Amino acid sequence: MKDSVTSLLLAGVGGQGVLLASDIICKVMMKAGFDVKKSEVHGMAQRGGCVTSHVRYGRKVYSPIAKEGDVNVLISFEKLETLRYLNFLKAGGRVIINEEEILPPSVNLGETAYPADAVDIVRHQFKDVLVVNALDLARKAGNIRAVSIVMLGALSKYLPEASPDDWKSVIGEEFSEKLVPANLKAFDLGRETA
Amino acid sequence: MHKQLMSGNEAIARGAFEHGVTFAAGYPGTPSTEIMEAFSRYKGVYAEWSPNEKVALEVAIGAALAGVKAMAVMKHVGVNVAADPLFTVSYTGTNGALVIITADDPSLHSSQNEQDNRNYAKFAKIPMLEPSDSQEAKTFIKIAMDISEKFDSPVFLRTTTRVSHSKSVVGLEEPAVSEDRRVIKFDPAKYVMVPAHARVRRVVVEKRMEQLKEWAETFPENRMEIQSTAVGIITAGMSYNYAKDVFPDYSYLKLGMVHPLPEKMIRTFASKVKELYVVEELDPFIEEQVHAMGIPVTGKKVFPYTSEFDPGVVEEGIKAHKRGRKSPPAIPSRPPNLCPGCPHRGLFYALGKTKAFVTGDIGCYTLSFMKPLQGLHTCICMGASIGMAHGMSKALGEKGKGKIVGVIGDSTFVHSGITPLLNMAYNKSDAVIIIADNRTTAMTGMQDHPATGTTLQGEKTKELDFAALAKVLGIESVRIVHPLNIKKTTAVLKEELEKEGPSVIVSRGPCIFLQRERLKSIKPFTVDIDVCTGCQLCLGLGCPAISWKKEEAGLVPRTGKKRKGFASIDKTLCVQCSLCFQVCRADAIKSAGGPS
Ligand SMILES: Cc1ncc(C[n+]2csc(CCOP(=O)(O)OP(=O)(O)O)c2C)c(N)n1
Repeated sequence: MKDSVTSLLLAGVGGQGVLLASDIICKVMMKAGFDVKKSEVHGMAQRGGCVTSHVRYGRKVYSPIAKEGDVNVLISFEKLETLRYLNFLKAGGRVIINEEEILPPSVNLGETAYPADAVDIVRHQFKDVLVVNALDLARKAGNIRAVSIVMLGALSKYLPEASPDDWKSVIGEEFSEKLVPANLKAFDLGRETA
Repeated sequence: MHKQLMSGNEAIARGAFEHGVTFAAGYPGTPSTEIMEAFSRYKGVYAEWSPNEKVALEVAIGAALAGVKAMAVMKHVGVNVAADPLFTVSYTGTNGALVIITADDPSLHSSQNEQDNRNYAKFAKIPMLEPSDSQEAKTFIKIAMDISEKFDSPVFLRTTTRVSHSKSVVGLEEPAVSEDRRVIKFDPAKYVMVPAHARVRRVVVEKRMEQLKEWAETFPENRMEIQSTAVGIITAGMSYNYAKDVFPDYSYLKLGMVHPLPEKMIRTFASKVKELYVVEELDPFIEEQVHAMGIPVTGKKVFPYTSEFDPGVVEEGIKAHKRGRKSPPAIPSRPPNLCPGCPHRGLFYALGKTKAFVTGDIGCYTLSFMKPLQGLHTCICMGASIGMAHGMSKALGEKGKGKIVGVIGDSTFVHSGITPLLNMAYNKSDAVIIIADNRTTAMTGMQDHPATGTTLQGEKTKELDFAALAKVLGIESVRIVHPLNIKKTTAVLKEELEKEGPSVIVSRGPCIFLQRERLKSIKPFTVDIDVCTGCQLCLGLGCPAISWKKEEAGLVPRTGKKRKGFASIDKTLCVQCSLCFQVCRADAIKSAGGPS
């Protein structure tokens, strides 16, 4: 097993399923035999604020959060949020962006504008950028709440340490029986886009 | 051994359960809340939300006196509230086991200050353990209980947000079978702290701290990891992980117990390394004591006093070089906001129109300080709104007539609003107090309290009646309004502000998270853009579901009048609270089935 620690950063807005997604990644990597730590800040997040979650795995992990400039993959559930955490990414790191836009209060009030060129700014700095219409794919999978699972599907393609079956078995355990098929479908659709 | 991913908080609850802890009392507060929630779900335990932290600690002291293993659970500022019993239970000792959990919040992720509660350990002469991850959290709660029993002392377990809310792998064990040690024991010399007895106990406390200091020298969770001796790092808690992450090869003195410190061990460690650092967040708590031992050490000279660390901060401090931090691009911030449909929004919209000065309190409603509502003008600590409103109103006299209002949440009122309200009646106040009663402790994630009618463990119970209580305390004018009715709320506010003497208004509307059933059949409101005049009145509500769409020199289609844009309602967010419908003067807001 490799010695180095892999660092992921998930970012989004309260209610998008960021915390559930990071829990699933941890369980998958635990199954794959890694030491795992994750960290997020709850609290005010529920009220529409930003939510981030660090996930780190490797042979032995000390810190549950990565230092700036050390993240391997940034998984952003909301377009604008990608920019807020871009400085955490390593040079040559990978970005997965859900193109959904959730307007912050100052944009709602017409005081500021939602950046139209968010994806361009990211592409200007990083080569490996994947843009996913996760809401659309979740709808296709039959559950619009499966956005986070679509994102995991896409992510899974870039984490060869775990097989699709590892992911699917954890997803199978995470949801009630009724919700499993749509979420597995969401995972597949996400994986296909990557 | 079964392994599971657990947060620090879940691990503390698990450790307590495994170790035969049967009793816990607490008051919610980020980042501590999930300890009580998780513990309360284990079989055979008693767990309660007390109305505040002082009561919680006193309840736990009583339980420990009766011989059980008990814990009192709170966030850092909760210890301020519980400080009075804290300082004296240190004298009496505990009979059974008593552990006080303080969850500190470096970086103020969801707190009003950044106090370092290690200082309480020293101040109150109580030993303190500090875990660095979930496995240690589970182990340390057990050790803390054992220390409490062995030394007949209350013990602190301190976490920080990163320990409480990070998840890591924990090995689960079967719960130990503990013997029933419950007793009723009379021992006035130990438990009646009149001066004559307390003077004697005062000496016992000093002796106990001496013994604990000695014990700390061989405590296995105070451990040296000697590797490269070029640099030695003394550290504890989460900072240990940050340092190990960036400097895996240096030597470490990792302290599981941060009070009292093992002086001999520190001297030995210092003698083994060339350069010595203390890596600790917030106050130079360890550093100052190492300095006082006459040992040269570097700490706050290179590390910040404020905010939590991360591996980068530790690296920068020791390598003394600045990383080229890229500043993120200027993008709109995303502060937390009152939810769509939140009853507090109606209250603060109406309150804003009165132009009163509003002394505020802590809870979701505090968020109304922001634009556009700007409805609340102070926030200091839980319960402060009422005392402050009274003080301002008294000081201003005629100048403040009809202009001073205090707003306090239901959970916060129960926590520490009753005594200051009694004071208002007693000292003939003239301010208006509003209890923003959304039927839950919303900010910390929907906990029950004495006015919700349900206990932490889900039993039905007595439900405090705010209006009746206010009357009994001596407030003659008590009104109840539904804050989603703006007209009515505005009228009641006006009447109460004009009255002589103190008034209480109970603004009663359930939190949106308590309305699951209603939310299943929402008919969202829509904006008729042929009619919207672009006046922006609805935007004044600050509802996340309403946004402004700019338009190039447009005209209102229906009337031909000029407008710069129009409002729009996100139908996935609207929960049909109707506030926007009530404020719209152009009749442009319609419910899906016509105006509701
Ligand atoms: C002494 C203390 N204990 C706990 C907290 C954490 N805390 C902040 S607000 C709050 C309660 C809010 O409930 P409520 O007053 O009902 O208002 P709501 O959020 O429901 O609007 C709590 C427990 C604190 N800030 N200070």
